[in-house]
Amino acid sequence: MNAIIPYIWPVVFALVIVAVLPLIAGYIVLVERKVMADMQVRLGPMRVGPHGLLQPIADAVKLLLKEDIIPESADRLVFWGAPLISVTAAMLALAALPIGPFFQIADLNIGLLYILGVSSLGIFGIVLGGWASNSHYSLLGALRSAAQLVSYETSAGMAIVGALLLAGTLSTRGIVQAQSDIGVWFIFAAPIGFFIYLVASIAETNRAPFDMPEAESELVAGYMTEYSGFRWALYFLAEYTNMVVVASIAATLFLGGWMRPFANTRLFNFLDYFPLLLMLWIAGYCFRRTPKQPVPVQKMFMAAVGLLCLVLAAVFTIPVIAPAGSLLAAAKPGIHGAFWFLFKVAAYIYVFMWLRFTFPRYRFDQLMRLGWQFLVPLSIVNVMSIGISLTLHRQLNWPNLVAFPVGIAITLAAGAYLLATGEKHEQTRVGEDENAEVDSREEETPVNAV
Amino acid sequence: MVPIGHYVFLSVALLAIGIVGVVTRRNVIIILMSIELILNAVNINLVAFSRLVGSVEGQIFAIFIITDAAAEAAVGLGIIIAFFRNRETVLADEMDILKW
Amino acid sequence: MLFNEVMFYVFGVMAVVSAILVVTRRNAVQSAIFLVTALLATAGIFLNLNAEFLFIVQVILYAGGIMVLFVFVIMLVNLDVALHQVQFNRQWFVALIISAVLAAQVVAAIAVSRHTLYTLAPAAPETLEPNTERVAFYLFHTYMLPFELASILLLVAMVGAVVMAKKRV
Repeated sequence: MNAIIPYIWPVVFALVIVAVLPLIAGYIVLVERKVMADMQVRLGPMRVGPHGLLQPIADAVKLLLKEDIIPESADRLVFWGAPLISVTAAMLALAALPIGPFFQIADLNIGLLYILGVSSLGIFGIVLGGWASNSHYSLLGALRSAAQLVSYETSAGMAIVGALLLAGTLSTRGIVQAQSDIGVWFIFAAPIGFFIYLVASIAETNRAPFDMPEAESELVAGYMTEYSGFRWALYFLAEYTNMVVVASIAATLFLGGWMRPFANTRLFNFLDYFPLLLMLWIAGYCFRRTPKQPVPVQKMFMAAVGLLCLVLAAVFTIPVIAPAGSLLAAAKPGIHGAFWFLFKVAAYIYVFMWLRFTFPRYRFDQLMRLGWQFLVPLSIVNVMSIGISLTLHRQLNWPNLVAFPVGIAITLAAGAYLLATGEKHEQTRVGEDENAEVDSREEETPVNAV
Repeated sequence: MVPIGHYVFLSVALLAIGIVGVVTRRNVIIILMSIELILNAVNINLVAFSRLVGSVEGQIFAIFIITDAAAEAAVGLGIIIAFFRNRETVLADEMDILKW
Repeated sequence: MLFNEVMFYVFGVMAVVSAILVVTRRNAVQSAIFLVTALLATAGIFLNLNAEFLFIVQVILYAGGIMVLFVFVIMLVNLDVALHQVQFNRQWFVALIISAVLAAQVVAAIAVSRHTLYTLAPAAPETLEPNTERVAFYLFHTYMLPFELASILLLVAMVGAVVMAKKRV
C-alpha cells in the first residue's frame, strides 16, 4: 500500500490534464477566431451562447457526429493509428511541465530533454498520416512537414541549450529555481535565444507564417486532406496541445515559469493583486453585457460566467490577505504560481495568433534558407556567446550587468553579419538564369532536409 | 535488476534477427534498418553491463554507437537516393555494376 | 522491484516482436514503424536500467531523428513496383548458418558461465546517480578525444550525405 501512495497525486493530475485539455484546445480555437475577428474588425462567432462562448462545444459535437471516412486505397491500419501517435506524443510532453510549484505530474531530472524528445515523436503522426492517405496533397504536406520540423528542431534545440547553460540543470523545476536565484528571467540574459526559440516554435507547430505543410491555397489541407470527423479533430487537438507545450517550454525556460514579475522585490508586492483586478475586470464586463443578451438563457449564462470570475477573484485574493503562517497563506505560491504560469502561456499563444494574422506565408525555399542559413548559425553563436558571458561572470567575477550584454552584443553582431551576407547572396541568386534557379530549388529541398 | 543473462539473451535475439534481415532482404533500406537493429542489440548489452558493474562508461560507448548510427544512416540514405536517381531501384542484387 | 522486472519482460517481448516484424514486413514504411517501436522498447529497457540520459538520447536521436530520416527517404523513393517484387533473396541458408553459430556461442557461453550468469549481484543504483552529470563528466573528461573524433565523423557524414544526394556537384 505504501508503494502506491506517491503515485496517487501524479495520476490525479494526469487524469485532470487529459480530461481538461480537449476543452482548453477548443477554447483556444475560439479565442483564435475572436482575435482574428478583432484584427479584421468583425465580431467573430456570436450565435452559440453569449459571445459565442459555447461554440467549441458545438464544434466538438459536430466533429464527433461526422462520418469517419477512410479512403479506399489508404493503408487502413496506419491511417487509423497516425492521429493517435500525434495526440499521444503531444500529451506525454505535458507530464514534465511545472504549472506552479505544486502542480506537476513528475519532476524528472532530464525534464526538458524529455519534453523535447517526446514532442519530436509527434512528427511520425503527421508523416505517416500523410503517407497512409495515398493522396498527392497529403504526401506533399507530410514531406514538407517532416523537412520543416527536422530543420527547425535543430535551432530550437540550440536555443534551449543556451538557456540550459544559464540554468545548469535539466529539471524544469530547477530551471525556474535558477531564474529565481540569478534574479532575472532568462529572456533578459539571452534575448536572442528567446527570439530564435519563438521563430522555431512557430515553425514546429506548423502555424502561419510557416504553415507550409497545411497551406490551404497550395495543398488543400496538407497531411490532413483525407481526414474527416473524429480523426481530423484528433490532429487538431494535437496541434493545439503542441502550441500549449511550446508555450509552456518558453514560459518555463525564458519567462520565469510560475514566478510573478519582480518576484524577489518587496516594492512590487502590489502585483499580487493583479489576478484579482483581472478577474474583477472580466466579471464587470460580463455583468455589463448581461442585460443586452437577447434570450433569458443567455442572460443567465453571462451572469454565471461573471459569478465564476468573482469566485476566482476571491480564490486569488484570500491567500494574499490571510494572516501569515496560516494554511490559506501557505496555498499562495501554488495558486498564484498556477495563475502566472498560465498567464504567460496565454500571452505566448496570443503572440502566435498575432503573428499568424499579420504576416504573409513564406515560400518553402525561403523557409529552408531562413532555418539553415540564418537561425542555425545564429543559435550556435548564441550558445557560444552565452558560454563567454558565463565564463566572464563566474571565472573573472565580472558583474552580471556587464558580462551578459557582452554576450548579447556578440550575438547581435553575428546576426547582423548573417543578415547582410544573406541579402547579398539573395541578390546574386536572383541575377542567375531564372530557369536554372527554379530547377535547382526543387531538387535542393530534400537535400536540405537530409 | 533482472539477471544479466536475460539481457544477454535479448541482445543476442535482436542481433540474430538483424543479421537475418541483412542477409536475406533485397530492399537496401530494410537492410540499413536491420543494421540499426544490430547496433541497438549491442547497446542493450553495453547498458546492462554498465548497470551491473556500476559505472556509466558503458553508456558512453552506447552514445558513441548512436552517433555512429546517425552518421551511417545519413551516408547510407544519401547513397540510396543517389542510386535511385540513376537506376530507379532500391534492390540490393540489382546494384551490380561499378560504373555507369 | 517487481514492477521493474515485469517492465523488462514487457519491453523485451515488444522489442523482439517488432524486430521480427521489421525484417518480415513487405512494405518498407511498415518496417520503419516497427523499427520505431523496437527502438522505443529498447529505450524503455534503458530507463529500466537507470540510464535516463541514454533513454532520452535514444528517443530524440534514434526515434525522432534517424527514423524520421528513414521514413522521409522511403517516401522519396517509394515505388509501387517495389511492393510487387520478390522481397527476399535466396540466402536463407546463410542466415541459418549464422544464426546457428550464434546459438552455439550462446549455449557455450551458458555452459561456461552458468554459475555467474544468473547470480551476479548488480551494483547499487546510486553508483549511476546523478546520471546526466556522470555521463557528461566521462564524455568531456575521460573520453574527450573520442568525443571530438565523433564530431568530426558527423561532419564528414554530413558533407558526404549532401554531396551524395545532390544531383550536380
